[in-house]
Amino acid sequence: MKIGALTEVFPGENRVAMTPDSATQLAKLGHSSVIQSGAGAKAGFSDAAYAAAGVEVLADAASVVAAADVIVKVRGPDAAELAKLQNGQTLISFFWPAQNAELLEAAAKKNLTIVAMDMVPRISRAQKMDALSSMANIAGYRAVMEAGNNFGRFFTGQVTAAGKVPPAKVLVVGAGVAGLAAVGTATSLGAIVHAFDVRPEVAEQIESMGANFVFLDFAEQQTDGAATGGYAAPSSPEFREAQLKKFRELAPEMDIVITTALIPGRPAPKLWTEDMVKMMKPGSVIVDLAAERGGNCDLTVPDQKIVSDNGVTIVGYTDFPSRMAAQASTLYSTNIRHMLTDLTPKKDGVIAHNMEDDVIRGATAAHMGAVTYPPPPPKIAAIAAAKPKPKAVELTPVERRAQEVAAFKAQTRNQVGLLAIGGGLMLLAGLYAPASFMSHFIVFVLAVFVGFQVIWNVSHSLHTPLMAVTNAISSIIILGALMQIGSGSFLVIILAALSVFMAGINIFGGFMVTRRMLAMFQKS
Amino acid sequence: MAYGFTTAAYVVAAVLFILSLGGLSGQESAKRAVWYGIVGMALAVAATIYGPGFGLWWLSLALIAGGGAIGWIVAQRVQMTEMPQLVAAMHSLVGLAAVFIGFNTHIEMVRVAAMDEAARAALTGFAATIAHKTGVEITILRVETFLGIFIGAVTFTGSVIAYGKLAGKVDGKAKKLPGGHVLNATAAIISLVLLVMYLQSGSSLALIGMTLAALFIGYHLIMGIGGADMPVVVSMLNSYSGWAAAAIGFSLSNDLLIVVGALVGSSGAILSYIMCKAMNRSFISVILGGFGGTTGPAMEVTGEQIAIDAEGVAAALNDADSIIIIPGYGMAVAQAQQSVSELTRKLRAKGKNVRFAIHPVAGRLPGHMNVLLAEAKVPYDIVLEMDEINEDFPETDVAIVIGSNDIVNPAAQEDPNSPIAGMPVLECWKAKQVFVSKRGQGTGYSGIENPLFYKENTRMFYGDAKKSLDSLLPMIE
Repeated sequence: MKIGALTEVFPGENRVAMTPDSATQLAKLGHSSVIQSGAGAKAGFSDAAYAAAGVEVLADAASVVAAADVIVKVRGPDAAELAKLQNGQTLISFFWPAQNAELLEAAAKKNLTIVAMDMVPRISRAQKMDALSSMANIAGYRAVMEAGNNFGRFFTGQVTAAGKVPPAKVLVVGAGVAGLAAVGTATSLGAIVHAFDVRPEVAEQIESMGANFVFLDFAEQQTDGAATGGYAAPSSPEFREAQLKKFRELAPEMDIVITTALIPGRPAPKLWTEDMVKMMKPGSVIVDLAAERGGNCDLTVPDQKIVSDNGVTIVGYTDFPSRMAAQASTLYSTNIRHMLTDLTPKKDGVIAHNMEDDVIRGATAAHMGAVTYPPPPPKIAAIAAAKPKPKAVELTPVERRAQEVAAFKAQTRNQVGLLAIGGGLMLLAGLYAPASFMSHFIVFVLAVFVGFQVIWNVSHSLHTPLMAVTNAISSIIILGALMQIGSGSFLVIILAALSVFMAGINIFGGFMVTRRMLAMFQKS
Repeated sequence: MAYGFTTAAYVVAAVLFILSLGGLSGQESAKRAVWYGIVGMALAVAATIYGPGFGLWWLSLALIAGGGAIGWIVAQRVQMTEMPQLVAAMHSLVGLAAVFIGFNTHIEMVRVAAMDEAARAALTGFAATIAHKTGVEITILRVETFLGIFIGAVTFTGSVIAYGKLAGKVDGKAKKLPGGHVLNATAAIISLVLLVMYLQSGSSLALIGMTLAALFIGYHLIMGIGGADMPVVVSMLNSYSGWAAAAIGFSLSNDLLIVVGALVGSSGAILSYIMCKAMNRSFISVILGGFGGTTGPAMEVTGEQIAIDAEGVAAALNDADSIIIIPGYGMAVAQAQQSVSELTRKLRAKGKNVRFAIHPVAGRLPGHMNVLLAEAKVPYDIVLEMDEINEDFPETDVAIVIGSNDIVNPAAQEDPNSPIAGMPVLECWKAKQVFVSKRGQGTGYSGIENPLFYKENTRMFYGDAKKSLDSLLPMIE
C-alpha cells in the first residue's frame, strides 16, 4: 500500500505526520510512502531528506491523494480537504468525531475509513500509538518553557555573590500526561513544584516526580479515575468550592501556574478565577494548556498571550506541540507508524482492517460507508479498578474533633473512675492499717506509678535487655537476706545464706549479660 | 546515724534504678543505664552491710563473691539464642530466694513470740524489729510474708518449667493434668484457706501447705502454656519476681525492696501487656493457656506449597531492589543469625534496600530477635517494628520469612474463624515475592494452617535455615 502524507493546511500548524525515519520503518512493513513537497519543511525535514529515505515527493496535495491508498495527517481534515479525498481511501489523523459529527457523516458517505488518533483506547497495548499522550507530553514540557520565557527570574534558587535568588514556585493544576510532564520539567529546572489533581490516586505519581501533592481536605469520595478510562470526571459544586478555596490560598505565593485540567467531552473547567489572578504577584505567569477548550483561567484568550492589569502574563496558546514541530512530528509519526503496524499484521504491505481488534475498533470512526463512532467499550478495562482502600474513610475535621472529644471524655471517665475506686480502697486501708504499714504502702504505690511511666518509654528492641536488667535488680531481694543473715537461728542463717548466694548469681549474671547484649547493638 | 545513712543510700539507689530503667529508651543511653543499675545495686548492698543490725558480713561477702563468680561465668558463656532460658532460670532464683526469706521471717516471728520480755529487749537486728511490732502489725506482717512466699513459690516452679520448656528439656507443647484449671483453682482456694488459718494461728504447717500449693500452681500454670505464648510467660514471671520482692520488702519494712520490686513488677506487667496486645489476646486467655475457642470451621486452604531451590532464591534476590527479612524463632533454633547477617551485608553492599521486620512476639522473649540480630552485627537502624514497616510490603520486591509462622499468617486477617483472627500480623504476602525458609511442611507450634505457604507469590525454601542461607550466600553476586 502507498502511504501519503499531506501538508497541514491549518494556519500555524508546523507538524507533519511522516518523517524520513518513520517512512523507513513503514518500508519494513511493506508500505511505500509519498509526501507532498514541503510538508516537513516547517518541522525541519527537507524534501531531500524524505527523498533520501525513499519517499516519493510529489508536487501538490492532489497528486498525493491520487497516488496514495492511505492518507496520514496531523490535524483533522476540514470539509474542503475531505471532499478532495477519493472514495474508499483511509485517513489516519486526529479527527475528534464527537465534535465533528457532520464531517464524519460526510466521510462515511464517501466510503472513507477514518482512523481517529484521538480515539485510540487507553490500554497498555495501545500506548505506543497514543498520540494524545505523546502530544500532551510535549505540551507539558513546552508550557514550562513558555512560562520561563515570560518569567523574569530563575527557576532554581541560588545564593550568589550578587545576592540570593529565591526559587520559583510553580503550581501545576491537573496531573494528566501534560501536567506530569510539566511537573517533571519544572522540578528538573529547580523550581519548587506543587501539583493538584482531583484524582487522589495520582498523588503518588506527583510525588514520584518530586513535586508536592496539594492535598484537599474534602470528605467526598472522588470517583476512581479507572471508571472514566483514566481521565478526570466532573466534580460536585461543593468539591469545586473547596478546590477554589485551596487555590486562593496558594495564589499569592505562586510565581508560575500551569493549568491542564480537561474533562473529556466538556468545556474546560474554570479553576483559576479572575480574583486569583489579581492576588498573584506582578511578573507571575499563567500558562493555560486548556485554552483550546475555553481555558481553565477566566482571563485566558485562546491563541494569545495577554498581560493582566496587575502584570500577570497569561499564555493561552493552543499550539504547544506545533511550537516544537520537530519533536512533535517525530513522536506523532511514530504513533502513526505503530498504528499502521497494527493495521498490517502480516507486514506484507496489505492493510487488514480488523474490526475485532479493540484498538483498531476503538480508533475507527468510519468504515465501509458507515459511521462506527462511538465504539463499544473495550473488552479490557483501561486501568484495573483501584481496590477501595479500607482506610479511605476520611473523617471531616468536625467528625474527627467530635471523636477526639468523645475519646477524651471516655478516657477522663475511666481515669476518674479508677482513681475514685483506688482512692476509696486506699482510704479504707488507711482506716484500719497502722501507720507503719501505710508509710511503706505510699512508697509502693508511687514506685508502681514511676515504673509504669518509665517502662512505656523503653524501646521495643531493648525488651530483652530490659528483662535482663530487671532480673538483675530484682535480686535486690538480697537485702532481705542480708538483713536476716545475722539474726537468729541456724536455720535462718542457712536459708538467708542460700538466698544471698542465689541473688549474687543473679546480680552479676543479670548485669553482665545486659552489658553484653547492649554492646552488640550498633548503628550502621 | 547508721540508720539514716542506710536510708539515704537507699534513696540514691532507688533513683539510680529508675534512671537505669528509663535509660533503656534508646540503644545508646542504655549502655550508660546499665552502669546506673550496677552502681545502684552496689550502693544498696554496701549500705545494708554497713547498716544497723548486720552480722556475719564475712560470710555474706564470700557468698556474694561466690554467687557473683558463677553468674559472671554463666553470663559470659551463654549463647544469645539461649537468652530466654537464662532469663527464666534467673527468675527462678529470685523466686526461691523470696520463699527462703519469707520462711526466715516466719521463723523469726515464731522465735520472737516464744521469748519473754527480757529476751526480746536483748534482741538485735531483724528480730528486734519484729519484737517491737504490735498485734495488728504482726497480722499484717503475716499477710505480707504469706504473699511473699506465695508469689515467690509460683515464680520459682513457673520459672523452672519455663526454663525447661525454653531449653527443650521439657516438652514445649501446652500440657495440663486432667482437671485442668480446676486444679489451679483448687490450689488457689486451698492457699486462701491456709492464709486464714495462718493469720489466726501463725502455724508453720499452714505456711508449708500453702507453699506446696503455690509450687504446684506455678508448675501447672506454666505447663499449660507453650510455644508462641512463651514471651508472655517469661515477662509475666519477670513481673511476679518483682511483686515477690515487693512483698518481702513489706514484711521486712525495707523501702528499697518495695520500690525496686514495684519497678520490676510493673515492668514485667507492661511487657506482658505489650506481648498480649501484639497477639490480640487477652492476658487471661494466655495465662489460662491454649488458644481461645474457635467459632467455626477454619477456612479451607486451597492450592499447593511450591518449593524452590537456592538458585531460584538467589536469582530473585539478585534482581530485587528492596528486601524485607522476617525472622522468627526458627532462625534462633537454627542459629542462622550469622548467615542472615552475612546475607544482609552482601545484599546491602550491592546497594539493595534490606530491612528487617520484627513482630512483637517473634521468638520466645520480648525483643528476642533484636538481640540475636544485634549479636550478628546487623545494624539496629534497619531492624524495624511491625508498625513501622507493615505498610512497605506492597513496594517490596522480596520478603524472606525465616522460621516464623503465625506472625505472618494471613488467616489472622482473612479468616474470621481462625484461632488467631484479629492478631496483628506482618503482611509479607503483599510483597511481590515471598520466600519461606522452613524445615518441613508442618504447621508449627500453634497447629494453625498458614495460607501464606499456599499463595501464588510464595515459594517454599525447605531445609534447615542456616544451611539454606549458607547455600545461598555464594550465589549472591
